[in-house]
Amino acid sequence: MNAPGHLELRQRAAATLRLDLSGLIPEALAGKARSDIERIALAVGRRQVALAELFDVRGEPGDTLVIHTLDDRCDRIGAGMSRGLLRVEGPAGAYVGLGATGGRVSVSADCGPYCGAASSGALIEVEGHCGDFIGGALPGEHAGMNGGTVWVRGSAGDRAGDHMRRGLILVEGDCGDFAASRMGGGTVAVLGRVGAHAGYAMRRGTILALGPRPQPAPTFQDCGTHRLGFLVLLQRAWARTVPASKFGRLTRADARAARWVGDAGFGGQGELLHWGES
Amino acid sequence: MIVNGVAIDDTFAEAFGMKATRIVVTARNLEWARNAAAAATGFATSVIGCGCEAGIERELAPHETPDGRPGVSVLLFAVSTKELAKQLERRVGQCILTSPSSAVYAGLDDGEKLPLGKQLRYFGDGHQVSKLIDGRRYWRVPVMDGEFIAEEATRVTKAIGGGNFLILAAGQDEALRAAEAAIAAMRGLSGVVMPFPGGVVRSGSKVGSKYKALSASTNHAFCPTLRGVVDTALDAGVDCVLEIVIDGLTDGEIRGAMRAGLQAVCRLGAAAGVRRISAGNYGGKLGPFHYRLRELLG
Repeated sequence: MNAPGHLELRQRAAATLRLDLSGLIPEALAGKARSDIERIALAVGRRQVALAELFDVRGEPGDTLVIHTLDDRCDRIGAGMSRGLLRVEGPAGAYVGLGATGGRVSVSADCGPYCGAASSGALIEVEGHCGDFIGGALPGEHAGMNGGTVWVRGSAGDRAGDHMRRGLILVEGDCGDFAASRMGGGTVAVLGRVGAHAGYAMRRGTILALGPRPQPAPTFQDCGTHRLGFLVLLQRAWARTVPASKFGRLTRADARAARWVGDAGFGGQGELLHWGES
Repeated sequence: MIVNGVAIDDTFAEAFGMKATRIVVTARNLEWARNAAAAATGFATSVIGCGCEAGIERELAPHETPDGRPGVSVLLFAVSTKELAKQLERRVGQCILTSPSSAVYAGLDDGEKLPLGKQLRYFGDGHQVSKLIDGRRYWRVPVMDGEFIAEEATRVTKAIGGGNFLILAAGQDEALRAAEAAIAAMRGLSGVVMPFPGGVVRSGSKVGSKYKALSASTNHAFCPTLRGVVDTALDAGVDCVLEIVIDGLTDGEIRGAMRAGLQAVCRLGAAAGVRRISAGNYGGKLGPFHYRLRELLG
């Protein structure tokens, strides 16, 4: 059930240790009294600290939660979220939207590694740059992103989409090395430069380079340049789902793209596409 | 009731519940979309012998299709969801997959899922690629001109088949002219198709036959050459009868199409050789949907 409310948490001072904010999602706070929210125990390093010691609390809990941060030590923001809107004003730490199944998380600045890791239905927007392993799997796990969208306005680090199974990662800037490593499905689209070794150990899925021509690894086989109708479907879907992004404003009339298939070293049938300006 | 000199029988068309779906076929240009759709809706005049009834609903401008290319919407009707699924798979597989530059998409958003590209994807022999875009799954099947795009599933809906009216005219020329005018007025209306050749049928049938193996036979009461030997429904001066059969997604769409067709025939009037308009029914005992001609023209 929707609860029209707007709760703001404002970080009082920069953290000296890492904070785990995984419990602070709209659905978990909705219906709670402010006094109860202020008593929520947050993990700070090895200690448990009451939320009110670290954050000023304003407003009433409901569908919208705004967290004002002062540094990038606030981890697991939006973890497990399934609905509502979580806005981060300031930088975010690691694991933004970890395992989120719905709702929208937006970060006004940079965020750390593993943004959107193992998520499966949320829209995660980062206005700054992102660390490594966005939409990836946790260390030791095989379940990367399985649905939803991670939209990065800046650049992404290495291993974006590692072990990704479904969903969409949109990077408006550059993407680091080993993009879509071990990918099993889904799409990583990059407007800027795609780093080295893209698609390493990729089995299925798509890396879509919309900027400079990528340098495919030797284990990716050149299949030529073709008109691929699904690119038009993608472009139109972006205009509907992320209209404010550079992807949403793309107007490429010709859907011809260069296609490489790999990673042959892993029997893969993934694809690296270059859909440049015509 | 007489409209512009045309007698309107006090009778009704009797129609039946069916299962239907809509698909959208696109291609590089409208001609190739039409080619694919025409093939897919060929031999689909009557469920009695074709498995389904189908037709092109209308042409679609690029801004109306999922991929921004010209296209056509196609309606298919069958007696059961199972038969509809079978016919859809065969027709899309043999006629749309095979047509150069084609792609096929769902034309309905609500209802039970009906496989579209779900089985056809196996034609890709392992090279097919799935893409889930904005909640809809598409299959990219490699073919000799590039990739065939097929949405995984369309939807099935309850529908109505067998709306009809009969044009009784002085001769074949007059009846054909009136039928063509009716079809011109009905073609392109949303939610309906007229599945017979050119939208018109000259072999109206009745239930049963003197031959045990046949479930339907010629509607002798409306055959002008039998006027003297059977219990005829034809007056002197009527030497040709043509029928228009309408299948539609909703009761309202069938009514709208029948009204448009009837009005077009009446506009020609007795001066153009149209004598009467009647309709086919089974006494109201078999089909739950009844369309009274005089109500439609009232």
